[in-house]
This record gives sequence, structure tokens and C-alpha cells, in this order.
Amino acid sequence: MKNSQRTQKIAFFFLFLAALLVIVPVGLIVLVIIKKGLPAMTWQFLSDIPRQGMRSGGIFPALIGTVYLVSGAIIFALPIGLLAAIYLSEYSRDNFLTRMIKLAIVNLAGVPSVVYGLFGLALFVVFLKFGASILSGSLTLGIMILPIIITTSREALESVPYAFREVSRSLGASKWQTIRHVVLPNAIPGILTGTILGLGRAAGETAPILFTVAAFYLPRLPKSIFDQAMALPYHLYVISTQVPNVDEKIRYGTALVLLIMVLFMNLVAVIIRYHFRKKKKW
Amino acid sequence: MVKFNINNLNIWFGAIQALKDVTLEIQANEILSVIGPANSGKTTFLRMLDRLNELQLSFKMSGRVELGGEDILTMDAELLRKNVGMVFAMPLPLPLSIFDNIAYGARMHGIKNKKRLQEIVEVALKKAYLWEEVKDRLNTSAFKISGGQQQRLCIARTLAVEPEVILFDEPCSGLDPVSTAKVEEAMLKLKEDYTLVLVTNNVKQAARVGDKTAFFLSGELIELDKTEKIFTAPSDQRTDGYIRGKFG
Repeated sequence: MKNSQRTQKIAFFFLFLAALLVIVPVGLIVLVIIKKGLPAMTWQFLSDIPRQGMRSGGIFPALIGTVYLVSGAIIFALPIGLLAAIYLSEYSRDNFLTRMIKLAIVNLAGVPSVVYGLFGLALFVVFLKFGASILSGSLTLGIMILPIIITTSREALESVPYAFREVSRSLGASKWQTIRHVVLPNAIPGILTGTILGLGRAAGETAPILFTVAAFYLPRLPKSIFDQAMALPYHLYVISTQVPNVDEKIRYGTALVLLIMVLFMNLVAVIIRYHFRKKKKW
Repeated sequence: MVKFNINNLNIWFGAIQALKDVTLEIQANEILSVIGPANSGKTTFLRMLDRLNELQLSFKMSGRVELGGEDILTMDAELLRKNVGMVFAMPLPLPLSIFDNIAYGARMHGIKNKKRLQEIVEVALKKAYLWEEVKDRLNTSAFKISGGQQQRLCIARTLAVEPEVILFDEPCSGLDPVSTAKVEEAMLKLKEDYTLVLVTNNVKQAARVGDKTAFFLSGELIELDKTEKIFTAPSDQRTDGYIRGKFG
């Protein structure tokens, strides 16, 4: 009895240590970024264009660029991803081919983002002649987050109990009516969560936009979707490594803005999930 | 009048044969109770009548099932299911309000008029003896009412699409005796306007409400006769054994 309690205590200690090991570095990173970046947080920093070779001024074009890119990515990826998920979970037969497709989609979510960048360069920039533009960048980011959206949406759809579908069909509703009125409404929280996680990923990635859209220095706002644009992650990379003598304040300030953006999106996902889980009725 | 005419019905799920050469008739405006031990094919038989089996990919069948003289396989499946309603074993409200649960079927069949929907909901709830209990809270979630009420809600939901036949798949298996009595009371009343098929594990329930009783065993129809006959002088000794509780 005593012995088993001691074992339990030791095990708890190591489990706690492991958790601490994960949490402390993340917390430290966030703390350092906040501490060093906070002094840069002024309205001018957020709303001004970069000046003096990016050594002063603000990050407004990069901020707007990222907003454009993320919006474009979601406009492209959400409808396609959702339709694909509906097909895979509701219509496709369970055979070797569909199992391979599902496996491939899950694996695509783990492909390094730079691979997507090269793919976007080859397909959108060069082959389709969109050039380095917001369109190319959005499409590349969209393709990158497509697997995340498909996988989470499919899980959300499949978590709706089969019995609901059967009830709906037994009342004479067609398959599509059942999906539209019973399955989709109950899968929306999961789909939204996946979408927002995808959004966060799209906002933070550098590699996919490196070749497809990102401008090194473009102190004006993009005029159309065929224009190049600055983006926060790439801007951060540039001022941290490519431009000498950039004030630390500006670098950490940029990092902080990016961090807040991504954390905010994840927070929204958490809140939505919590809200719907409370309302969940089965 | 014959409602369902089933001839030489065989059903397979993959390699397993669930029903073997079943032939029987179901008369209009009566309650047919279907009894039998687990895996006797009684639920498969029931789900054949509104073609729910075919939602499963491994389903195969041979034989002929006629509703009112027409082969159900040539009928539109959605229309058939509208005419042949199903009440499932567990109370299965959709995650909607009480009102929306009842109105669901009607809405799916294109009824949008609010007044008409209100009428449909009220009539259906009254027929299922639920109206008095829920009329003041039609907009609350259907999950907030008791299990017995939920099952009567499911009956009302089935009635709301105006079927001719109602199938009950062990409708009282999750209910207490009082709720069971209420559901049985509703069934006996419904018999006047509808044809009912009741699959049940509860032999006593079959004796209480069935006009006729069919006994299934291992996918075969062993015996079908008037309920009094089955329970007093069954012609097959396996039926006798089952209703006396010797097996199953």
C-alpha cells in the first residue's frame, strides 16, 4: 500500500516535470517577446509605413498584406475543403482508394511549408503566370491549409451521431437534406475550429509566401490581387537577418504583433468550441 | 385489406444471411407484433419495410415486398419512407427544439407555411398524447424532456409526416413501466388510423398490444397467427419454448 503510493508520487513528479518542461520555454518565449516588443507598440508603429530602410516607421503594409493573404487563403480553401470533407465523410464508399486519399490528406498536413512554397512558385507564379502576387500567395497558403480544413471538417462531420442521419432519412428526407439540415449544423463548431487553426497557420508561415508574393520592401499598400505585398512573417525575417542595425524594439514589436494575431485567432477558436460545446445537446 | 405483401424475402449483409425466405402479409389497421431472440432478423425485417437497410453498403436482397400492391423497390425511397414511418429503439430526438423536431419531416417535404406547420405539430403531439405536457415549452430543446416523453415525441414526429404505416423497433426498451404503458396506450389508439408493426423483446408487450404475432428465429419466420393463438396454442414447439422463456 505504502509502496504503491510512493510510486504514484514519483510518477506524478515526473509527469509534472515533463509538463513543466513543455510550458516553461513557451512561456519564456512569449514573455521575452512581450517584454522587448511592448515598448514599440504605438499607434504609429501599427499604422505607418516602414521608413529609413525599415529601421524606423511602422509595419502597416505588412499587417495589411498578411490580412489580405489570410483572407484570400480562407476564401479559396474553406469552400473547397468543406466540400471535399462532405464528399469524403458522407458520399464516398469505404474502399482502398478513398482510404488512400484520406491517408494522403492527413500526410499532406505534415509536409514542410517550404515545399508548398516551391509548389506555389511552379504552379501559380510560373506556369499560370500570376507572377509574385497576392493571388499566388493566397492560393499557395490556401493549398497549405487545405489538409487541415479537410481533416478537421471530416472529423467534425463524422462525430455527428449516425442515428441522427437515420432518423432524418426515416422521415423521408433525402441524403442532401439530411446533410444540410442535420449533419452540417451540428458539425459547424468543429469546422470553424479547424478553419481558424488553419488561418493561424497561414498567418504565421514564411516559406510559402517567400517565392510567391512577399515583397522585401514595399512602402505602399497593394493595389490589386496581382500586386506584390509585404507580409508580417517575412518582414520579421527580413528585419531580423537581412537588414543590419534594426532597432531591437522594432524587431520584437513586429514579432509581438504576429504573435498576438495568431494567438488571437486560436483564442477565437477555443471560445467558439467552448460556446458550442455548452450548447451541444447529446 | 392487405397493406404489406412480402414474398420469399431473403436479406444478406455481406456473407451473413439475416432473413431466409420470409413470406407474410400485414393487414391494414392492425398491430403486428414481431418477437424473437437476438439476431433472429426481426429488426432487419422491420427496416426492410421502409428500405432503411439499403443505407448500409453490404446490404443485398432477393424477393418481393409490396405496399398496397406496388413493389417498394420501384417506389421513390423518400416517398416510401414518408408513407412508412419508423420509431427507433432509443428515443432519438434531433438536436432541435420540440417544435422543430416535429416540424422537421414536414419542412423536408416542402411545407413552409408557419400556420400550417403549427397545425401539424399540434395535431401530431395530440395524437401521441404529449400535447398537454409540452404545449407551453415547444421551443425548448427536445433533450430537456424525460425519456418517455422523448419517445412519444419521436412518435409524434413520425405521425407529423402523415404515414400510413408506423414501424416500432423495440420502442420501449429504454423506458420505465409507466412510460411504456403510455406508449402502448398511444399505439392501441393509433391502430384505428394506421397500420402498426411492432418489433419487441418483451413477449408480454406483444401479447398486450398485438392483434397478430410473428415469431422469428435465426432469420426464419417460424409462425404467424392471431396473438391469442400464439400465446395459448402455438403450432410450433419452438414458439412455445420462446414465449414460455425456455430460451432467447
